[in-house]
Amino acid sequence: MRMVRGLVKAFKSSGVLLWGAPLALLLVFFFVPMAAILKVMFERSGAIVFTDTLRPLGFTFYQAALSTVLTLLLGLPAAYVFARYDFPGKHLMRTLNMLPFILPTVVTAAAFNALLGPRGWVNLLLMQITGLQVPPVTFLNTFTAILVAHVFYNLAIIIRVVGSAWSQLDPRLENSARVLGASPRRAFREVIFPILRRPILSAALLVFLFDFTSFGVILMLGGAGFATLEVAIYSQALHFLNLPMAGLLSVMQLASTLIILLLYGRVSHGEDVPLFPRLHGEGTRKPRTLLEKWIVASVIVLLFLFQVLPLLALAGRSVIRVEAERGQRTEVQAGFTLDYYRELFINRQQSIFYVPPSRAVVNSMRYAGITTVISVTAGTLLAYALVKRPRIRRWLDPLVMLPFGASAVTLGLGFIIAFNGTRLSSTSLPWLVPLAHSLIAMPFVLRTIQPVLASLPESLRQSAAVLGASPLRAWWEVEVKLISRSLLAGGLFAFTISLGEFGATSFISRPENPTLPVAIFRYLGQPGGLNYGQAMAMATILILICAISIALLERLSHAFVGND
Amino acid sequence: MKHIFFCFAFVCSLLLPAACSRAETTETPQAVLTVMTHDSFAVSEEVVKIFEEQYDVTLVFLKSGDTGAALNRAILTRNNPEADVFYGVDNTFLSRAVQEGIFEPYKPSTLADIPEEFTAGLAGMVTPVDFADVCINYDKAWFAERGLAVPKSLADLAKTAYKGEPGNGLLVVENPATSSPGLAFLLTTIAEYGEAGYLDYWRSLKQNGVVVVNDWETAYYTNFSASSGRGLQPMVVSYATSPAAEVVFAAEPLSDAPTASITGENTCFRQVEYAGILKGTTQLELAQRFIDFMLSPVFQEDLPLQMFVYPVNPAADLPEIFTKYAARAEEPARLDPVLISKNREEWIAAWSRVMLP
Repeated sequence: MRMVRGLVKAFKSSGVLLWGAPLALLLVFFFVPMAAILKVMFERSGAIVFTDTLRPLGFTFYQAALSTVLTLLLGLPAAYVFARYDFPGKHLMRTLNMLPFILPTVVTAAAFNALLGPRGWVNLLLMQITGLQVPPVTFLNTFTAILVAHVFYNLAIIIRVVGSAWSQLDPRLENSARVLGASPRRAFREVIFPILRRPILSAALLVFLFDFTSFGVILMLGGAGFATLEVAIYSQALHFLNLPMAGLLSVMQLASTLIILLLYGRVSHGEDVPLFPRLHGEGTRKPRTLLEKWIVASVIVLLFLFQVLPLLALAGRSVIRVEAERGQRTEVQAGFTLDYYRELFINRQQSIFYVPPSRAVVNSMRYAGITTVISVTAGTLLAYALVKRPRIRRWLDPLVMLPFGASAVTLGLGFIIAFNGTRLSSTSLPWLVPLAHSLIAMPFVLRTIQPVLASLPESLRQSAAVLGASPLRAWWEVEVKLISRSLLAGGLFAFTISLGEFGATSFISRPENPTLPVAIFRYLGQPGGLNYGQAMAMATILILICAISIALLERLSHAFVGND
Repeated sequence: MKHIFFCFAFVCSLLLPAACSRAETTETPQAVLTVMTHDSFAVSEEVVKIFEEQYDVTLVFLKSGDTGAALNRAILTRNNPEADVFYGVDNTFLSRAVQEGIFEPYKPSTLADIPEEFTAGLAGMVTPVDFADVCINYDKAWFAERGLAVPKSLADLAKTAYKGEPGNGLLVVENPATSSPGLAFLLTTIAEYGEAGYLDYWRSLKQNGVVVVNDWETAYYTNFSASSGRGLQPMVVSYATSPAAEVVFAAEPLSDAPTASITGENTCFRQVEYAGILKGTTQLELAQRFIDFMLSPVFQEDLPLQMFVYPVNPAADLPEIFTKYAARAEEPARLDPVLISKNREEWIAAWSRVMLP
């Protein structure tokens, strides 16, 4: 009896209830398939040339580091502005800022082509003004395009993760420092920054890993001159059928990720500073001085340029037909049309795989909904486990984040061989898509919630208990409300990741149930102006659906928190 | 507080079994024939229905990525195949696929009607279904306007008449390491100039400012001047059937195709797609009937407008749009599939060293 009790006690104190289920999810859907595929890969025939891995490895680190720094340079001021100032159109800007995140890379490439391509709006305009015969701006297939696209994608991470932590920061801390005679700079350096260090590191880690495994951006915007590990894995596995080489590259990618995570664990180590979070809107105010106004304005302009303009250019292409005079490289006429949207509803070729846009929307929304529920639940449980059981953090944290470093191609093949012949095979399991999406989204949720949770003082819940609240009520009304903004941000990430995910989905979804990105890709696969226009129209629908969902979710959470 | 976690963990653990039991209920008593294929596969509803009704079977299509991805999937699951039929392996991957032993030999009785160029050397392993030529497409108006003659051969492309600015020349090609039309064009140059000469030819293309991008979508929609992207290159490596697709999918009705293909001797690479029965199928009989069906005029005549490929069966009638705007090379470049599978990596690596330093 005593032993049983002892066991129960050990069981409880290990926190296995918190991390057991998410870890099981990871085990079944990440570690098992990954181990299975790597084993098979090295059993197959194919020549391994170790020196061929060094160039992609070096380039992968280089572009990821540079992209992360650039994203931070632009993202941190933006996070500050969102956390501290009220300005007209703030809600709209917050929603728009999230949108790039959903875009499948093939659509992002099309958006940048519409804006900055040889026939993009910018070049058309410049040629009109200057009378030049050749487009003056060369953007596509350059290293700059890779960096700009990474910033375009990842600004949302910095703004949401750092911004939500910043806005919960007690403004009185800063005020006290100022009253005690600190200059604004010193107050930032010695008060604000130490507190924000962890969310910043957390966000930077996400951005870095995101860029580290970048695939579509490199392939479609960077062009043939650049190859990351992920691109090399893709060509080795799917174009050369050289699985041992693909396996080696996958292992290098995973190992690099693990090293980065361990380094991160070292750097981010330290005591959490418990903070009394503030009510929403308390720390924000209208910009007063000229400098403040200038900062806010320039952040808005930059975000608009980097994030909104490409989206507008894309939407523009879905309703405006650009017709160059046949053969003319310079003259272009543009005319308004709704044909592309109309055509989406017609199965002109009587194809069995035709899917009306409404069904693709429903599929995408359903997968995104399930993904959000799974990954927010699992991510929150893990966040609690990491915060309440510091001892397990050292091994659990890198383990949970590792899927980030997995090659999508390798994991996709892993899914196939691990579940082949079992009931989990994709031929019979429609759940595989949202589960794969959850795997990708979980680290985002975890990284968004954990820093905020870690800074919640224990005394808050204790006070609630003293005032007579049941543990459940104290948790629901105190903790959940206080972390609700981070929960929302995590949920939004999960939702949007699922809406935009293409690589894994194209591998495991059933052709009769495509998601929006898969449907977009189908149109881009064949020549013809109508196909291109329909792809743009479908992409615009994806953007609109996402914008509406984000706006609704934000509303919901504000209603839940009960003040704004 | 613990209770709520119990609930969460409980819900989480419920998800998996719930998912499994769902799968059970979707099973139908009717026979199912599963066809594994690539993403570009398309077929009419009507044609599928004809087969399903004739044999009282449900056809299920399993699409998984591009040709390479789908083939990998078939190879990795060969001990326990997920499908009964594999459709879409092409002649650049064929000998590797056969070598892996994923196919069950089958020779349909109608194979005798198919021209020998498609059936030679197959040893009854797979059945040819369709083909398309990877050729250079050009912007008709662009050349007409400049009074510039359209290049007729690969050698023409390297002439100074078609020289453009460095890195912004007249031709855009796809990277053979990431794109199958790109690989097909590389193979064309190897067939024409031999292993000893193709790299020199590419060097001269580079001097003429050839543009290399990674994928067909970018080449066609971003760089090609006659697509709706209205790019800067008046020539692109695409398919000889693309001009027909430009007419079918025109944004506004066209009386003529805006593009055409260069189909001179040894300028195109013929991609043939094959179908085979996957070893280990439990539906051998039905799978054989489906292969037969794929060679029948009903299926063959559906191919052109669904996938913009030519049927291999000469008895199949072509749609008017094809006879008018699509093209076939009379003398496509030829390379032995065994040689391709042996040297593919080496050729691409050598090409990359020259073209993407």
